[in-house]
Order: sequence, then structure tokens, then C-alpha cells
Amino acid sequence: MTTTPLPTPTFGGGYGGQPGPRMGFFTDTSICIGCKACEVACKEWNLVPEDGPLALTGDSYDNTGALGANTWRHVAFVEQQRQDQEGLRWLMSSDVCKHCSSAACLEVCPTGALFRTEFGTVVVQADVCNGCGYCVPACPFGVIERRQDDGRVFKCTLCYDRLKDGMQPACASACPTDSIQFGPLEELRERADGRLETLLEAGVGEARLYLRDETGGVGGAGAFFLLLDEPEAYGLPPDPVSTTRDLPRLWRSAAVAAGALAAAVAVALVGDRR
Amino acid sequence: MSARRGDGRSRVRGAVVPEAEFRSYYGRPVIKQPAWTIEIPWYFATGGMAGASATLTLGARLAGNHRLARGAGTAAAAGIIAGLPLLVSDLGRPERFLYMLRVFKPTSPMSLGSWVVAGFGPAAAGAAAADRLGVTPRLARTAEVVAGLLGLPMATYTAVLLANTAVPVWHEAGRELPLVFAGSAAASAGAAAAILTPAAAAGPARRLAVAGAALELGGVAAMERRLGQLGEPYHQGAAGRYARLARVCTAAGALTLGLAGRRRPAALAGGLALLAGSAFERLAVFRAGFQSAADPRYVVGPQRERLRK
Repeated sequence: MTTTPLPTPTFGGGYGGQPGPRMGFFTDTSICIGCKACEVACKEWNLVPEDGPLALTGDSYDNTGALGANTWRHVAFVEQQRQDQEGLRWLMSSDVCKHCSSAACLEVCPTGALFRTEFGTVVVQADVCNGCGYCVPACPFGVIERRQDDGRVFKCTLCYDRLKDGMQPACASACPTDSIQFGPLEELRERADGRLETLLEAGVGEARLYLRDETGGVGGAGAFFLLLDEPEAYGLPPDPVSTTRDLPRLWRSAAVAAGALAAAVAVALVGDRR
Repeated sequence: MSARRGDGRSRVRGAVVPEAEFRSYYGRPVIKQPAWTIEIPWYFATGGMAGASATLTLGARLAGNHRLARGAGTAAAAGIIAGLPLLVSDLGRPERFLYMLRVFKPTSPMSLGSWVVAGFGPAAAGAAAADRLGVTPRLARTAEVVAGLLGLPMATYTAVLLANTAVPVWHEAGRELPLVFAGSAAASAGAAAAILTPAAAAGPARRLAVAGAALELGGVAAMERRLGQLGEPYHQGAAGRYARLARVCTAAGALTLGLAGRRRPAALAGGLALLAGSAFERLAVFRAGFQSAADPRYVVGPQRERLRK
């Protein structure tokens, strides 16, 4: 498809003894009913503040609009009138932080606030974050955001505290249809492959897995999806890339520019008649 | 320049943004706009000017032009003294600014930049102070060397910082943006030194300013050519206005300073115009990023195009 995966270790470094398996989400949007129990459960468990006065977006039943500092699960709704079929098709998907294998937010964080947990997830330490905001434009999915009255950045922690106690994340526990499945990533990938095959055999030709494979610009994700249309229909980037992939080239360009600056200074001083 | 094809795509040199087939989620942005505020482009301008000024200071000292070294050194100190508080105040938690030095992280231009600034700031300010007070000459000269060398990354790392994001207009300009910032830094450093130094000794400053202006203007042209349709923000809205102002001020300033800079009024006018042009260019680049992030077309289009190949 696009690029070779980045050599960023997914987890394990620094954790004494054997780290456990990498944990994550498989969100099967084909069985999402748009109930938003995941949004509510996440906010309740993590004491996430409200995003502002309750308002209607007018975008179908979407009331959160997008992921952000105060929205860690966002249910998207798309109503599609299809020319070739009768009636309306609903696309409903619970979006979340992807916990990328190559997480740009983590790679650009200058304080070390963002780190990789023993579960392979990406978490921001609120007592370290100084709100520099570099992670915000670095994320290719537009997930992480600075909280207005607080100054620090916040995002899905994959319920790090619940995982440490052997529990499931709040959203996965609340989901009534098991659209949000939690478990070891390898197991989820196998399950997803099976589900995709079932759908394709049933004639749902547009079904696809998004961020399941470790190829691609973010090396696959700890939270991957089964979608029924192109990613951009859900507001997801079709070919996301962690910016760090291009960093060596950027530094080379900077070195050339620095050389040009040094040369300009030197040339300006040559033959200086005072 | 652009040829419309039957399938509704317009192809210009640079990235292709398909129009008819473009899909989005209610036109909402895919990535987030940066959280940074107006202090940041002003830091780019002052910090870049400080960095290039420090390099000019070192060069002037080695060439024996002590009056120019004094002027450029003052500019370097002034730049970093003005710039550093801007950087700190933009933080969401300014009281935690020292946390920038918790780690040394090569994958983060902001981490590396913080370490560069931590070294450059005291060196440039200390060198200028010691030079004016006439104390500790050996220490002052050492500080001058450190500041002069660190001045090169000071003038260029911020371009890498911007390009190392998911913002299309910044990321895809990765090759030219460091040249634009280096040119802008050189132009503003030369301008500042030409204002602060007697004209007879300021010849190299004027020459550096003109060279910097040429590099800046050339870099911007090359950048916009490579960006193609992704560079639209440089012709629209606030970014477009700043870009135009930058071009005019930089060109006018360089001509004035270059042709008539031996006379005090022209040196002042040309120098100030160049400083303004440099600031406007940083503001243009900054605002362009926000405009680029806000439109899902710039994110989805090139990615979908990449997948088609």
C-alpha cells in the first residue's frame, strides 16, 4: 500500500520482567446501533468535563462532533441515500484514539508526558504535560486536544486504571451490541478477519478493516475498525502517516538551510573594508 | 497553469486535490488546528533574528569588525530576551516551562529546540552583557562562539518543528520551509545590525540582509511551486494578506538597505521594512497552517491520491 512501518517499539521497553500482550479495541461499526452508551460511560468513568452547553449539531444524531479534550468516544452518524438500493443506509461508528503503533503525538512530545504503557497503549501524564500543544497538530487523526480552562492535553487512556485492575475499558463494558470489543490485539485481529470474511460472503462488498495491518504510515493501531465505507466518509484519513517518518529528511533540509546561512554570513564578511 | 479534466479534477504542479470525488464527514476537519497562539510566530521572528545575529556577531568578531560585533550582539541578546517569554507564555501551563528539559528526545524538534534555546539564551545574553560592561573578556568570547554556533539551529529548527506535523501546508513544504526561515532570519539579523551599527562598519550586515531577503523570497516561491494546490492558503484569508505584506516589505527593505544603506535614514527605513517583512512572513506561514488544517480537502485529497497509485 504505502510505506514500510516505522521501527518504533510498540511497548516493552522499561517494564521489568515480561510485559503482557498488547491490548486494544476492535470496533465493529457494522453492529453499532448509535446508542452512545460508550460516550456516556467514558465520560462518567473518567470524569471528563462537558464540552459546553448541550447543543444540536444538525449532523444527523451526532452531538459531539469530533474527538477532543472532552470527548474521548465520539459516535459518528452518516445517512446515505443510495442510488442503486432502496431506502436509507445508516453508517454509525464509535470513534476513539487509535493508540497507534507509531504514535506521532508520543514522538513529538518534548516533556515525555506522552508515553507507551505496558499494555501498548498511549497515555498522557497530566502531572507532566505543560500544554505545549505540539501533539495536537501532529496527530494525523485529530484526536488529542488542549483543554481550554486547564491548559493541558487530554485524550482516551484506554482506561489505563481499569486495565491495571484487570477490568475492561468503560466503553467496551457499556456497549450493548459488542460493537466495541476489547482484548489482546492479536486475538482481536483474528476475530476481525473472520468477521470481515463473513460480511464479504454475505455480499457486503464495501466492508473493510481500517488500521488492522502493521503496514501503513502509523504501523497499524491498537484501536482498529471495521468500516462499511471509505474512511473519509467517517471523517477518518484514508492514508494516515506519522510525521516522524519524514523527520530525517526534514533535518537534512534544515542542515542545508543552516549551511546556507553560515555561507551567507561568511560571504558577507569577506573583503570587509572598515 | 491548471487544466480541468473531465472527471472534475484540476491538476496543478504539486499535490493534486481531487474535487468532484472528494468526501468528508459533513465538511469537518480531519486533523486538529494547532493550539498555538500569536506568540509563536513572533517567537519565530525574534528567535530566528537572534540566532542569525549571533552567527553574524561571531563572524564579525573573527573578522576584526568589533563595531559590527557589538551591534549584532545587541540584536542577538534583544531577540532572545524578547522571544523567550513569548515561548513560555504560549504554554498551557507556563509555570511548567522547565519540564521542556525533562527529556532529550531526538524525535521531537521541540525537545531538541528547547535544549538549543537553553544553551543559546544565556550565551547570547551573557556575551552581549559582558561585552558592554567590559568584563570577563575570555568568557564573553567563549559565549560568543557558543551563541554563534547555536545560532544556526536557532534560525532553522522552528521550520522543522512546523513541518513535523500532520498539517499539509507545513508538512509538504518540509524541503523549502527551513530555507525560508533561514533567509528570514538572515534578513532580519542583517537589518537589525545595520540599524544598530554605524554605517561605515555595517557593510556586511547590509550584504547579509540582502542575501537573506533573496533567500527568503526565493524560498517562498519554490515552496509555493512545490505545494501546488496545497499552497492555496498563502493566497487566501489572513495568510494571504500576511504573505503579500511580507513580499512587499522584504523586497522594498532589501532594495532600500542595499542601494542606499550608507545613509542613516535609508538604513533605518530599509532595516525596519525588512524586520517587518520577516515578521509578516512568519505570520503568513503560521496562519496558513490553521487554514490548511481546517479544510479536510487538503488532508483527504493527497492521501486518497496516494492510495490510487
